[in-house]
Amino acid sequence: MARRMPPVDVVLVGFGWTASIIAQELTDAGVQVLALERGAWRDTVPDFATDHIQDELRYAVRKQIFESPERETLTFRNDASQTALPMRHLGSFLPAAGVGGAGVHWNGQCWRFLPQDFVIRTHTEQRYGKGFIPEGMNLQDWGVTYEELEPHYDRFEYLCGVSGQAGNVGGQLVAGGNPFEGARQRGYPLPPLERSASTVLFDKAAREVGFKPFPCPAANASRPYRNPLGVQMGQCTYCGYCEWFGCGNYSKASPQTTILPVLLQKDNFHFKTHCAVTRVNTDHTGKRATGVTYVDVEGNEIEQPAQMVVLCAFAQHNVHLLLVSKIGQPYDPVSNTGVVGRNYAYQITSSAEVFQKERLNPFMGAGALGQAIDEFNGDNFDHGPQGFIGGGYVALWNTGGRPILQHYLPENAPKWGAGWKKAMHENYLTACSVVTHGSVMSYRSSYLDLDPTWRDVYGNPLLRLTFDFQPNELKMSGFLTDKAAQIGRAIPGATVHEKKRQGPYSIVPYQTTHNTGGAVMGNDPKTSVVNRYLQSWDVPNLWVMGACAFPQNAGYNPTGTVGALTFWSAAAMKRYLKNPGPLVTA
Amino acid sequence: MRASLARFSQRRMGLRRSLALAGLLLAAVLCSACSPDREPAAPSTVKLGQRMSAGPWGDISRGRYLVHAGDCKACHTAPGGAPFAGDRAIPTPFGTIYSSNITPDPETGIGRWTDEDFYRAMHEGIDRLGNHLYPAFPYPWYTRMSRDDVRAIKAYLDTLAPVRQNHRENELPWPLGQRGVLAVWNGMFFDEGTYRPDPDRSAQWNRGAYLVKGPGHCGACHSDKNLAGATDEDDPLTGGFAEHAFAPNLAGGIRDGLGTWTGQDIVQYLRTGRNGRTAAAGPMAEVIEQSTQYLSKPDLEAIAVYLKSLPATKDASVASVDKDTLGRGAALYVDNCAGCHLGEGQGELGAFPPLRKSTAVQAQSADTLIGVILNGARIPRTEAEPTGLAMQGFADHLDDAQIATLTTYIRNAWGNHAEAVDAGHVEDLRETLRKSPDG
Repeated sequence: MARRMPPVDVVLVGFGWTASIIAQELTDAGVQVLALERGAWRDTVPDFATDHIQDELRYAVRKQIFESPERETLTFRNDASQTALPMRHLGSFLPAAGVGGAGVHWNGQCWRFLPQDFVIRTHTEQRYGKGFIPEGMNLQDWGVTYEELEPHYDRFEYLCGVSGQAGNVGGQLVAGGNPFEGARQRGYPLPPLERSASTVLFDKAAREVGFKPFPCPAANASRPYRNPLGVQMGQCTYCGYCEWFGCGNYSKASPQTTILPVLLQKDNFHFKTHCAVTRVNTDHTGKRATGVTYVDVEGNEIEQPAQMVVLCAFAQHNVHLLLVSKIGQPYDPVSNTGVVGRNYAYQITSSAEVFQKERLNPFMGAGALGQAIDEFNGDNFDHGPQGFIGGGYVALWNTGGRPILQHYLPENAPKWGAGWKKAMHENYLTACSVVTHGSVMSYRSSYLDLDPTWRDVYGNPLLRLTFDFQPNELKMSGFLTDKAAQIGRAIPGATVHEKKRQGPYSIVPYQTTHNTGGAVMGNDPKTSVVNRYLQSWDVPNLWVMGACAFPQNAGYNPTGTVGALTFWSAAAMKRYLKNPGPLVTA
Repeated sequence: MRASLARFSQRRMGLRRSLALAGLLLAAVLCSACSPDREPAAPSTVKLGQRMSAGPWGDISRGRYLVHAGDCKACHTAPGGAPFAGDRAIPTPFGTIYSSNITPDPETGIGRWTDEDFYRAMHEGIDRLGNHLYPAFPYPWYTRMSRDDVRAIKAYLDTLAPVRQNHRENELPWPLGQRGVLAVWNGMFFDEGTYRPDPDRSAQWNRGAYLVKGPGHCGACHSDKNLAGATDEDDPLTGGFAEHAFAPNLAGGIRDGLGTWTGQDIVQYLRTGRNGRTAAAGPMAEVIEQSTQYLSKPDLEAIAVYLKSLPATKDASVASVDKDTLGRGAALYVDNCAGCHLGEGQGELGAFPPLRKSTAVQAQSADTLIGVILNGARIPRTEAEPTGLAMQGFADHLDDAQIATLTTYIRNAWGNHAEAVDAGHVEDLRETLRKSPDG
């Protein structure tokens, strides 16, 4: 029998980006909020201090700050004809554990999606006709528009101190920024990061080819910054240890560097670490959440009653919790009915590695120090002749030059020994990589459900991922990679090694942690788990945050949109608290 | 007394150091820094302000304000303990003194004390039963407070929930545990007497002087102590040791004092914990979090006016440092410090404090700076500046010689000029801080 704790107004599952935003907003509204985090407490000092954080072996190779698969993992297969097996090491994506969540270890690449991305089905049908959408693709509108999200993107960017160059302020194009972006109410809070030699090379080459490159939006502070909560950040030192590391200089936006100093002072906020939530509890009607059950580090099972439950864990963990809690109808790919687990999507990436003579000093980098072009993202170009849906940006990111994992060698370089060393010596300072970052649409064949065989340490069935890259994505990615190579070849004296993404999808090599879908938002309860405010259709006092709400994934990194959606949802929750009930009638 | 003090001092030290440590025994232990990580700044949700009207409510409000001004809670609350219930261990090189319970519990607190009993304690340093109190309790400063103000403090303390907590025996070796010793000390060094306004000065100046010399007891740390731990009667505020840190000169010195600070700099520092010139570190961080951030703007301005009126001290002449040391120091600085404090020691305005032209960096003693390099520091969390930016310690990263070289460099780079530090001194301080519960 689970021990029962005194009730709280709101319980948050997880304590990363979305939980921190929700907690900050709802405690301002006067309610008692408790966050339950399965990982440990972490802070800039001592946990990310600069005297030890730049340790690639410990953090990037041995994956010190990610979730440990002994406790929680998933099973994987490419398609329904295969038997899924459990992942004993994480590879293609790396969910976090610990306070701050993935907000601690991200690069800080903080984009907005395009206005058309949110209405992609309507837009595609209007421009290209219904027949353009391939069989089996569950293309869906989001139920929220870019214009509705714009103020919330703005809030997230000002919270984070994003460094960048606006391209479209209030409908007026601004030189030097992204001319394809949706209209923003004002510029970024900070000017772009200093350019590195490689991003200058890219910029020049892209212009020569005829594109309009711009500095990528970076949640790495280019200057000292004080956000609207009064929290201060220091300027980035370009140490090159962003992704997979915490920031020791208060420069990369994370819950720790933007919200927690203020949130943790509040009497109506509490959090507990090492508490893994295993169930969302509902009453006998199944229409009302009564709280959650969690397991602490001693193995005690504890019930935490609450008036309202918000799932703020990583995308696939939120879906897993819904499935094991039997909330919402699980997705059935055969009949294409049910919603929980439906529309899982990912990101498709590729690169064109460039070998040239100019010295680039890649070790001076920052997680979101990059230059990009957006000509081939979303529907910024005519898809008619191409025959695929979606797109992505092409960029040169100078994230760093870490010794073990961040270097590029020519195709014919030896893989070991003196020859490898020679190739390293000749290329480390001069090679760079033009990358593509492509959208992935949702398909009937890509979904999340519960594994029939494998269980986690708590006795719950593991989440099962069934996913493969589809012809639409491989075609689109190939097209983008050619553009990347075209830019690469425009760099003087360059030899380009084009590395197109090949199918089938492999979960082993790292690609991105941009897992989306499974609890998607929308205006139709038959095809979405939550309404346009991220409120559960089935259980109105349950809300689900994060990229699991994306109906399909766009050609950008997701965190900016996750942040905007969270602020958007928080505003709706404040209305809900005054008058609890469904905010949208199904 | 002199002999026994010398016997208890275990560190290698010069005469100056002995004097300072003697001071630690009997005074200056009020401002010790041991607030646990993430201690909330706990700003009150309703701004009650400083009511001055007569009557019970006015007294209580004013008392609450003065309790902040006197930083009473800091010493009278144990880490994690009930506020004002005492039992905070105050370490001295000679033993540990435990603070007393000042909640209105009749058995273990001050519940049976009359206003007169309380005034006597504040004014004369003698408790209700006639025992002499250790001047770790800063009655040599509180004696200057007006009877009305002391009564207001008692009125506020009377509103607290009584907490039953016995006073733990101080752990002091003979004869220091004998309170009779204190009568002698008082006879020699303690001047009882309420603050008398200087008629030639403005009301604002006098208010500032009262706050600094009375409730604020700034001199407990910021003034030099004599052999027996007493400060000069004039309370010159030219710097002094506070536990293992050095509380810098508050007089008008250019290099190591407040000579270049504006009044606004002082106000901003005391209200927020930082300004464009520096950020609080060491014991002062706690003083700002628990005390000065709560003072009203007029009072902070009055303090600034008073401090700015202090005469300038002559900057001590200091031998210049050899090129080789500076070269090695510069290399260490680039590797360990420049990321945040930047190449010219200019810091990042609004984030990391500058080291260039910093009076704290060029203080007469480098101990605060060495302590920060060894163990790190956190900028105070205040209502105005909630972030609490922190610096990691380098104790495990740099050896004594490296820290000495680095400290010497920082104190002599970019136009800074201050006495060099030797490795032996860093070694001593490292060991002392390692043993200190607050280190």
